[in-house]
Amino acid sequence: MRRIVAILLLIIVALGISLSLAKIPFGTPKTKVGRHYINEGVKETGAANIVTSVVLSYRGFDTLGEVTVLFIAAIGLGAVLTGATEKKARKTEPASLVLYTGCRLLFPLILIFGSYIFIHGHLTPGGGFQGGAIIASGFLLIYLGCRERRISRKASKLTESLGGLLFVVTGLLGLAFGGYFLSNFLPKGTANELFSAGIIPIIYIAIGFKVGSELASIIDNLIEES
Amino acid sequence: MIFVFFLILLMLIAAMAASIFRDLISAVIAAALVSLIASILFYFLQAPDVAMAEAAIGAALTAAIFIIAIRRTSRYEE
Repeated sequence: MRRIVAILLLIIVALGISLSLAKIPFGTPKTKVGRHYINEGVKETGAANIVTSVVLSYRGFDTLGEVTVLFIAAIGLGAVLTGATEKKARKTEPASLVLYTGCRLLFPLILIFGSYIFIHGHLTPGGGFQGGAIIASGFLLIYLGCRERRISRKASKLTESLGGLLFVVTGLLGLAFGGYFLSNFLPKGTANELFSAGIIPIIYIAIGFKVGSELASIIDNLIEES
Repeated sequence: MIFVFFLILLMLIAAMAASIFRDLISAVIAAALVSLIASILFYFLQAPDVAMAEAAIGAALTAAIFIIAIRRTSRYEE
């Protein structure tokens, strides 16, 4: 009985959503601010990737909040797991030669690809969060394939703090030189070149290092404690 | 276009499988498949930035964290 009622409720909700959304045309620009970003974004910020110009220039302060949320999540996970019981020495099977060699060869390529993604965040799709997540998946590969290798926790904490510090200091320099927090005070250059868009590449490099070390330290905490 | 509908169908099947499976490792792999297909669909909808984040976080890191947690608890659901 309860199952039938649940299914009926789901059908009613689905009907309501599809009926109310059916009249809205898909993919047409409706807001003025969206049209402004598309038409003037490249000229105003110097970044060829419009998504990056919105994320880091028009809505840069929100990105600082997002980075802070991830930071608090990593800190909270570390705090919860530190109180766990002392770990027993677990016997682990060594990885096979093929897996071990493959992981060691793939790891630097993944690192280079992740850094490419966040250094070129203002030119091509991607950015600090995506590049950081790719770098963290490289560390996950190392943890699965080469079990005796570990990243040093002190180095990952240091990288994380320096990344966050670089972001906030760049924002404060914008406040000093440009008049508001995270204002683009460096020369914008010509679009589609590597050294363009002012402070946007600097902030994306900071975010890339910060997100990569944070996600890697989350995986490190979980694997060490399990 | 047919390819996109095939992907959506596969995604629905994977989502249902993730909630039906009693073996939690299989359920996690089915959920990672949902994320992977979602990232391909984001690419077809011309949102490559979102597709990258979804593929790296949804398909790789989340599945790994779930599998680590399952190793600590029990593998089969009663």
